[in-house]
Amino acid sequence: MTETILILISAVLVNNFVLVQFLGLCPFMGVSNKVETAMGMSLATTFVLTLSSVLAYLTWSWILVPLELEYLRTISFILVIAVAVQFTEMFVRKASPLLYRVLGVFLPLITSNCAVLGVALLNVRKEDASFMSSLTYGFGAALGFSLVLVLFAAMRERIAVADVPVAFRGPSIGLITAGLMSLAFMGFSGLIKL
Amino acid sequence: MSLITVTSPHTTGQRNHTGAFMRQVIYATIPGVAVLTWLFGWGTLFNLIIAVPAALIAEAAVLKARGRDVRFALSDWSAVLTAVLLAIAIPPTSPWWLIVIGIVAAIVVAKQLYGGLGMNPFNPAMVGYVVLLISFPLEMTRWIAPHEAPSWFDSFRMVLASANVDAITGATPLDSLRTWAGNAEQLASQPILHGSFAGAGWEWVNLAFLLGGIYLLARKIISWHIPVGMLAGMALIALPFWLADDVRYASPLFHLFSGAAMFGAFFIATDPVSAATSRYGRLIYGALIGVLVWVIRSNGGYPDAVAFAVLLMNMAAPTIDYYTQPRSYGHRKAKRGASR
Repeated sequence: MTETILILISAVLVNNFVLVQFLGLCPFMGVSNKVETAMGMSLATTFVLTLSSVLAYLTWSWILVPLELEYLRTISFILVIAVAVQFTEMFVRKASPLLYRVLGVFLPLITSNCAVLGVALLNVRKEDASFMSSLTYGFGAALGFSLVLVLFAAMRERIAVADVPVAFRGPSIGLITAGLMSLAFMGFSGLIKL
Repeated sequence: MSLITVTSPHTTGQRNHTGAFMRQVIYATIPGVAVLTWLFGWGTLFNLIIAVPAALIAEAAVLKARGRDVRFALSDWSAVLTAVLLAIAIPPTSPWWLIVIGIVAAIVVAKQLYGGLGMNPFNPAMVGYVVLLISFPLEMTRWIAPHEAPSWFDSFRMVLASANVDAITGATPLDSLRTWAGNAEQLASQPILHGSFAGAGWEWVNLAFLLGGIYLLARKIISWHIPVGMLAGMALIALPFWLADDVRYASPLFHLFSGAAMFGAFFIATDPVSAATSRYGRLIYGALIGVLVWVIRSNGGYPDAVAFAVLLMNMAAPTIDYYTQPRSYGHRKAKRGASR
């Protein structure tokens, strides 16, 4: 139980995937213009990230390791993630057309989110990787991604109406803001030694 | 009959001018600066003397480059206030270039790139402080042991970065707490941890800033929500941990009167631009700063955490506003962000 909480805090705050490890920056910059879309994206990413983290671990321990094909992990994880995303998309479309419409184009976009592949790869690199730790690590990474994405979207709505110098408008002030957020997140360093 | 339409705010006179508010905040730091000078020597005053012109020059340069009215923007005193806050926050032993770098980060990056006063999402002084803390950790954690104040000439030599300062530096209460937490014997033998009622020396610094903060409250420059929220949040989370294990965790009183607690609660967190805006939102904002300060102080890698906690909550302030929009008169609960 303690270990689960530690993994969660580590993935959400101390080693936040966006602000500390700089993974998943494309959706972070791309879908943060409005809070509502950022929330939709967070929801979809949370589901896919948790699912694909577990699936990638199972692929690793049941297929790649017994067959001694560890060097194929990158390409096989990409395949697993793409399948997971497609499966999620089909399921959501059938089960809840409303949610499917809310999420829209963001669902297939998750395939190219490098945080998803990053979680899968970082997971199997650990010595004591297990089913539970993969699940919590994937979920924690997704929570951390969602947290900073929603906070960033709310900030960008405010910056959009600020009197920013012309040369810095749009993505450039967004990146400067992301840098300052990353600076603030350095305060969490050393909180947990894992 | 002719009617003259005037837009709000419908106030007259100079008392409600932005500059007047900023000047009141600057006056309120006087007791704190006096105690810092009494304990740690002239370094804080030298920092102030370097910081204020540096801030004015940085602000004027950016405004000039943008083709804005320099005189109008400088007359609101906000750059001076940022400089004063940063000069108080950094150690009095710091060389002159340290504060200049901090001022440039604060005024140019954190304030003017976002469009100047009223637009900055982060507190400029704290951005400057954190940039310095991460870039120059050695210089930024070098405090003088209380009552070992160097003469004004030694302080002057430190500013020019030629003096050897190691002889008079000492751990702050928060430093020694971080080093010795969990070790009852060492904790009892550290004189710095046992002042009159909190960490030695630093309790008077915090008391002086509390005094200045009460002045600001009495003049209605700040509202009580953020400071009370922050101090209550910090004390309430410190209390159960201290009761459970008083060797590992410090008492609420120690936390309230250590480091930048009072300075942060009344002068930093209350910055109206980067804080949450509704009353309820401000209470949440303040309380979460207090909790974060305690968490990072007790478990994190840095001895004090007010700057980090304020920046982290600056990040969250727009989201807090989003969920705590007050109900406008005659309408039901605010729609946006309520549920979706």
